[in-house]
Amino acid sequence: MIQDLVIYVIFIGYAISVLMGFGTILTWVERKQAAVMADRIGANRAYLRIPFTQVKLVWLGLFHGMADGLKMLLKEDWRPQTYDWYAYAVAPWVVFTPVLLVFAVVPFGGILIPGELFPSLADWFGEKSYPMQIARLDAGLLIVFAFGGMTIIGAMLAGWASSNKFSMLGALRAGSQMISYELIMGLTLLGLILVYGTFDLNEMVQHQSGVVLGFLPAWGVVYQPFAATLFLAAAIAENKRIPFDLPEAESELISGYFTEYSAMKMGLFMFAEFIEIAIIAALFTTLFLGGYNLPYMTDAGFQFPDGSTIIMSHGAVVVTQLAVFLVKVFIICSFQILIRWTLPRFRYDQVLRFAWKFMLPLALINLTVTAVVLWALQ
Amino acid sequence: MSKYAAKAYRRKAYWNEPEMGWWERAYLFEIIRGLFITSRVFVVNMVKWMIGRKGALTTYYPEETRWDYAAGNRGKHILTRRPDGRPQCIACNMCATVCPAKVIEIDAAFDPTDPVHPKYPARFEIDYSRCVFCGLCVEACPEDAIRMLKEVPDLPAGDRDTMWITKEELLNWNPRSDVAKPYPAAGDAPQSRGSH
Repeated sequence: MIQDLVIYVIFIGYAISVLMGFGTILTWVERKQAAVMADRIGANRAYLRIPFTQVKLVWLGLFHGMADGLKMLLKEDWRPQTYDWYAYAVAPWVVFTPVLLVFAVVPFGGILIPGELFPSLADWFGEKSYPMQIARLDAGLLIVFAFGGMTIIGAMLAGWASSNKFSMLGALRAGSQMISYELIMGLTLLGLILVYGTFDLNEMVQHQSGVVLGFLPAWGVVYQPFAATLFLAAAIAENKRIPFDLPEAESELISGYFTEYSAMKMGLFMFAEFIEIAIIAALFTTLFLGGYNLPYMTDAGFQFPDGSTIIMSHGAVVVTQLAVFLVKVFIICSFQILIRWTLPRFRYDQVLRFAWKFMLPLALINLTVTAVVLWALQ
Repeated sequence: MSKYAAKAYRRKAYWNEPEMGWWERAYLFEIIRGLFITSRVFVVNMVKWMIGRKGALTTYYPEETRWDYAAGNRGKHILTRRPDGRPQCIACNMCATVCPAKVIEIDAAFDPTDPVHPKYPARFEIDYSRCVFCGLCVEACPEDAIRMLKEVPDLPAGDRDTMWITKEELLNWNPRSDVAKPYPAAGDAPQSRGSH
């Protein structure tokens, strides 16, 4: 019992530090990647001076994230004269918390057997094994949608409670846009659920370590390429980033639904956005890119399509899986940033038309074809 | 029929109306093309960084100087030095007089140990919040004592009171003693200077 507690506290600590780390690093990655894409250098002036020396650590501007955090903490925490200050104060947390909670069902590694990993703890742990995932739920994917949908409430609360017309407009846009794209996210994943026959994300990852057509890794992106594209587009729209950043639209709405937020409350909105990039990447990795496994890899080692196998020790498997998951997530994060700095913003009518007249029919066609093919194969 | 009856709305036709074929209307292909362009720039610049070339057009200021930085730029002032390190300036106030912005302030003092030029500047300060960088002070100087160098280091300041540059900084931030009018050695001063 106490062993379970220790293991899950470690898992939760790992998950939170990964998310916070990604949120911090991504601010730097976004700046630097955008700069390199635009023939610029990017932020590189913030430094840490080692006390009592003149040694200044610049590290390619990595400390600009810390400078941002410090700035947001020290800024004036301005409050608008709103009639609903409670909703105003609670809105950033309503946006921020569900974003973190989504990660609870995402598996970031395979099966962990602590007794085998640390022989000195073998007596205490015995033969117990844990999937590296905070909550292994049969309804994992439903939890993702349940918590993902809650961020709409936060955006609407923020816009409504700010008593500002621009915030209100931004909140209305956020609401309509996020509800539209939530639908498409759900529809694209229905095809995947038909293929895998489960809602459990860990089981989905294990399905993907096989082989399809003799040589291709059985990743979701091989089974469902259209669904993968549509899911990524809908997820970026859900995150309200360019090209779908109509709720913020600084040229029209100042800053949209969080216009009236200052200091760390605004920082929470921004941080939630950056963590959501990592969450989207983690979900995309888990659902479409084989999760924490390399191609042809299972919890026992590699099993190549030509029949040869490589047996790996448990420790090597655990470390590989943790690292592979992080690398995949980072690559998808970088791809999202590439999209954000490439595409111009949609017009507002185009966003909704894109959702309902372009992506929704495609998602429905994808679902129909998947269902028919699966029925024909049975 | 009223004169002000609403006309049927007709969308304005622009001279540069975009003509999109089915390829552009499909949207996805053009997105992929755009992503290829930006990622190509990204990869090329990253490779340049890795092999030691700068993958950006930006000039690091003030660590780097642009190749086309004007050679005749009138930047921050210096006071030239005599061989013994004292200022070449004789506190004649000509630069302060000619200065159109009236930013130079000189307090002259008397030095009995220097019979050739007993006047020297006890205080020589320039207010950079008002200086117009015209260079008239340099032209007016009879002793080649004040010069303007090409560089402009550390001029920005948080408030205008801290933008005064003192004599010590003028003498020391980029010390020069190659004056066109050398200070005579104390012994032969009357001969070399001539008499009036």
